[in-house]
Amino acid sequence: MSAAGFLSQLLQLAIALTLAPILVGWVNQCRAWLSNRSAPPLLQPYRMIRKLFHKDAVVAEHASWLFRMTPYIVFAAMALAAAIVPSLATDLPFARAADAIALVGLFALARVFGALAAMDIGTAFGSMGARREMFVGFLAEPALLMVLFTASLISGSTSLPTIVDTLAHREFAIYPSLAFAGVAFTMVSLAENARIPIDNPATHLELTMIHEAMLLEYSARHLALIEWASALKLFNYSCIGLALFLPFGIAEGSADWLAILGATPVLIVKLAVGGFALALIETLSAKLRIFRAPEFLGTAFLLAVLAMLVNLMLGS
Amino acid sequence: MTQIPIWAQLINLLAAVLLLLAFAMLAQRRVLTLINLFAAQGFALASSTAIVAFATHQPHLYWSVGLTLVLKVMLLPWLLHRLILKLDVKWDVEGLINIPTTMLLGIVLVVFAFNLALPISQLANTVTRATLGIAMASVMLAFLMMITRRKAIPQVIGFLAMENGLFFAATSATYGMPMVVELGIALDVLVAMLILGVFFFQIREQFDSLDLQHLEKLKE
Repeated sequence: MSAAGFLSQLLQLAIALTLAPILVGWVNQCRAWLSNRSAPPLLQPYRMIRKLFHKDAVVAEHASWLFRMTPYIVFAAMALAAAIVPSLATDLPFARAADAIALVGLFALARVFGALAAMDIGTAFGSMGARREMFVGFLAEPALLMVLFTASLISGSTSLPTIVDTLAHREFAIYPSLAFAGVAFTMVSLAENARIPIDNPATHLELTMIHEAMLLEYSARHLALIEWASALKLFNYSCIGLALFLPFGIAEGSADWLAILGATPVLIVKLAVGGFALALIETLSAKLRIFRAPEFLGTAFLLAVLAMLVNLMLGS
Repeated sequence: MTQIPIWAQLINLLAAVLLLLAFAMLAQRRVLTLINLFAAQGFALASSTAIVAFATHQPHLYWSVGLTLVLKVMLLPWLLHRLILKLDVKWDVEGLINIPTTMLLGIVLVVFAFNLALPISQLANTVTRATLGIAMASVMLAFLMMITRRKAIPQVIGFLAMENGLFFAATSATYGMPMVVELGIALDVLVAMLILGVFFFQIREQFDSLDLQHLEKLKE
């Protein structure tokens, strides 16, 4: 393990932790602009988190240790994922701990604990939200795996840094399979991050919410950690998407400090554009009924499988 | 990895688009969108034929590009639109089995077609031989669409889409058929469309609906 690798790992983690709430703030701002409302400030999620950390936590009487532990587990899983996904550099000593499949497992771990904690309290909304979250998750996970397999087939490895290295280094070629996988990945990330066609992050209407319904019983520092973790989740998904489909500008191999520092503004610009695209998709589409979700995610799965088959058939 | 030329990559891309459109048609409920998708498929087909013609210097293929553009992108969709207006059938198309199941069946068919095409395409020596599997898959998907649809017009669109797949197989895998064959097929499709158009009116006269399940009942 080189010293530069270690430092780039630390820098990447720090950037993920600080940028994630700002990314959420940026998406909210774009959404407000696009729907002609006056936008909240960019740092609003930070203010929210600070406010929540200063409050006293209220825990339900029948809550078990599971309920109190979950925010820490979810936050730790998301922070670990942020350390694995190559967003700035591909020379990440930590990334050897887990490949793409284990990364999906990490997301699944956070989801399972979130759902268990929501059911732990025993309120109707909590368990309803948990059931719906698991329903969406079970449909989205295979599609996500298929997308990652397509990228793995092209680069011949399931380790994310290797995939990104191969994709960033290749000579110019048209990859229909990557185009399909890109669309599928966009659909999956919309569903996984509780975004509009599947869930609405801004709603508190009881019958339509999925992710928010699971968090109803949380307060203060627990809520702050969970909000931060979901911001990190959005950040992670954006970084996976950028690394797989737009890997240009990332510091490759054992890069020096200058390359890593140079990759930071590129990453910020890419995230800003991606966040705006997300806000645009959310503004343009209407929320689907929950029972239309299988159709939406089934299409994502289909596209991902087609990507893999086309890759096998055409070799591109 | 050996790099194939850019025009072959473009044909691969168009082949993937063709397959995607075949799936979109399979999943589409509305008959008007179905016709537009069919026109888009025709356009993708014409573009890929044009690229083959340009890259392999076969001027007679430009005729078939023109034929495809006029016939499949303009004339047939226009005829179908007119038929729909005349028959007053802007209803939602409903499939026999639900859409996710149809899609999964479609994936199975694609895998089957790819496996079937693999030994055949190894015999060919063209750069774009790999697209043969995709062409076969779109033929089978169109076939599946004909089977799962109950109404007459989507079945006819399935028939036309099947012809698109065959045509793509001919141009991409073997760089085109003789002119006479192409003309013959094109005219066949046109005539079939006209005859089927008359059939639609006859079926509706008899049963007051275009639901083909009525044809399965015997008259007492």
